[in-house]
Amino acid sequence: MTTSIRKVLGVAVAAAALAVSAAPASAAGGGKEPRKAGFSFEGPFGTFDQGQLQRGYKVYREVCSACHGMELLSFRTLGERGGPFYDPKAASPTDNRFVRALAAEATINDIDTEIGEPMTRPGTPADKFPNPYPNRIAAAAANGGAAPPDLSVMAKARHDGANYIYSLLSGYVDAPAGLTINPGQYYNPYMPGDMTPFWTGDHDAVPKGGFIAMPPVLNPDQVTYDDGTAATVDQMSKDVSAFIAWASEPKAVERKQTGMGVLAFLFIFTGLTYASYRKVWKNVSH
Amino acid sequence: MSGHESTYVPKTGIEKWLDTRLPIVRFGADYMSLPTPKNLNYWYTFGAILTVCLMIQIITGIFLAMHYVPTTAGAFASVERIMRDVNGGWLLRYVHSNGASMFFIAVYVHMLRGLYYGSYKAPREMIWILGCVIFFLMIATAFLGYVLPWGQMSYWGAEVITNLVGAIPLIGEPVLIWLRGGPAIDNATLNRFFSLHYLLPFVIFGVVVLHLWALHTSGQNNPVGILIPKDRAKKDMIPFHPYYTVKDGFALLLFMIMFAVFVFFMPNALGHADNYIPANPLQTPAAIVPEWYLLPFYAILRAIPDKFGGVVAMFAAIGVLFVLPWLDTSKVRSMRYRPTMRIFYIFFVINGLILGWCGAKLPDAPVIGNFTTFTLIDGDLNSFLWLTRFATLYYFAFFVVLLPFVGLKEIPLRIPLSISEPVLSGPDAMSGAVPAQAEKKG
Repeated sequence: MTTSIRKVLGVAVAAAALAVSAAPASAAGGGKEPRKAGFSFEGPFGTFDQGQLQRGYKVYREVCSACHGMELLSFRTLGERGGPFYDPKAASPTDNRFVRALAAEATINDIDTEIGEPMTRPGTPADKFPNPYPNRIAAAAANGGAAPPDLSVMAKARHDGANYIYSLLSGYVDAPAGLTINPGQYYNPYMPGDMTPFWTGDHDAVPKGGFIAMPPVLNPDQVTYDDGTAATVDQMSKDVSAFIAWASEPKAVERKQTGMGVLAFLFIFTGLTYASYRKVWKNVSH
Repeated sequence: MSGHESTYVPKTGIEKWLDTRLPIVRFGADYMSLPTPKNLNYWYTFGAILTVCLMIQIITGIFLAMHYVPTTAGAFASVERIMRDVNGGWLLRYVHSNGASMFFIAVYVHMLRGLYYGSYKAPREMIWILGCVIFFLMIATAFLGYVLPWGQMSYWGAEVITNLVGAIPLIGEPVLIWLRGGPAIDNATLNRFFSLHYLLPFVIFGVVVLHLWALHTSGQNNPVGILIPKDRAKKDMIPFHPYYTVKDGFALLLFMIMFAVFVFFMPNALGHADNYIPANPLQTPAAIVPEWYLLPFYAILRAIPDKFGGVVAMFAAIGVLFVLPWLDTSKVRSMRYRPTMRIFYIFFVINGLILGWCGAKLPDAPVIGNFTTFTLIDGDLNSFLWLTRFATLYYFAFFVVLLPFVGLKEIPLRIPLSISEPVLSGPDAMSGAVPAQAEKKG
């Protein structure tokens, strides 16, 4: 028994080493390592905190959505199991009264089905989140040349996504003396970039971080939370990061929970197969 | 194709009827009863694992293709729609994207096993060469597939790799335009990449059939590396089924556990975050890196200062595998009995990992610490550029210098007369990786 377990482990370790050693190193440098927000959804058993997702949605809705779209997200997704406005009493996400109300707040561009003219109408749960700008060029033109990126999958599009967004939003500091900042730019220590060309100070102490076109947008009590949570910059950053993490992969919790079942099945099946293997090979010396 | 005498006896009426018209049941029965050396260790289970990997990729791929939109405007959003709105779509996609990595883990282990036990030597050259064809097709398929989500790495990876063709003198430019379907990477490129990505797995499947045909014709190699004489076949061979179906099955399940850990708990760990940014031809990413499994070849490409030279070196790195059976001059198959070559082999494996590491780093970055030493020709000695060059040199030297010369000079250890001998004489002192000792109980 032990010998074959050892053999198997040897092979498994070799295979894992091959995978891990070759995993791509994060190439972009310059930004500070994100701070850990201690999110509830981290780890194999972590789930989203519905209250936090609702607060995060409110921050997105009232602050971020002025410039950032989330064009891959439908309103109905908000009412899916595990989503911010999931209601077990609703027959389906599209029947969810919160989702219907939130969708109706949005104004959707459409074509009038009678006369074919462009029109606007209130949103329905089937609609996608509306974009704040008609197109990318308009978005760039309105923001000094830098189009605000879409946030639909932002937590997957950055290394350590949720912690990165949290750190960036709550991490604005005054630029260190000796750093030349161009108009329309802001310094953020968590933004990837290379500050060397803009740094007049000590060459061995170039500050980490980069320039970002987004000003620090979160101010204390900017949002009034419905559950009475104090709206500090740190809290709002955390909440909206959790919401973006959820939006980047609404099926993440379902995935992890499915994985537990799959692993349990695989372990039992592997054990049974090993027992069969022992039995079949019993009389073969090899 | 079975390569051994048929022992199948049709029993029922329909089997007898079918056997004289289309002996497909006989084929299957003979296939499963192939006499197989009884000393195959767990390194030999990766063939079966690879078969399953290919099947998983084809099946998940077919379902993904039903929802994927191969246009530059729709590709990225359609992949995310699969993740959000298609029933079980997140599972299909993560199994497919991580499946590619698992496929390459398994194929590298499989190839290194063949290299260690000399499975490429006569009479098994065709098995090895067909395997190399499969490997090359896998690389092509994986590259094409990586372009399909149309993220930043997809686009820029396609840009870098197709540009390599442009480095070929004279015909490079026109061939490049022909491959891309236009002067730049665009909708036409994405469309043809999708078409070819769907086609190649079936070509791989066909070559796998040939690979197995060759295997069943010349018979399995084994860790001892000797051909099993006819008169010992009864003692040393066992039918593939049930002995190896159950052993491969057990190993496969262990592999599946690792696969599941990636799919369900760290599905994006092996990918690059930049590929969740939609492709933008106007914005080059900070660093363009391929998927981990292509990093060693990417490193070799960058090791050569000349672009065309790099392309030649990269293809030569794969091409040299095809002639491996004729580069190795040793009469001994298994490196268990080749004390010198074993050491070079271990260095070769480490060297491969180093090349992968180099491929992920910027060439100018220092390897150790954060200091510079002295400039050698075009780069600092303490840089990944030079580490890559040394590693590339060893990669080729292993095949074209070490294998031919060590094979002639080396004095091999005494080789057992039969594969049962190491069993009878206890643990084989030379096989550090996988001791071929008896493991019977009761």
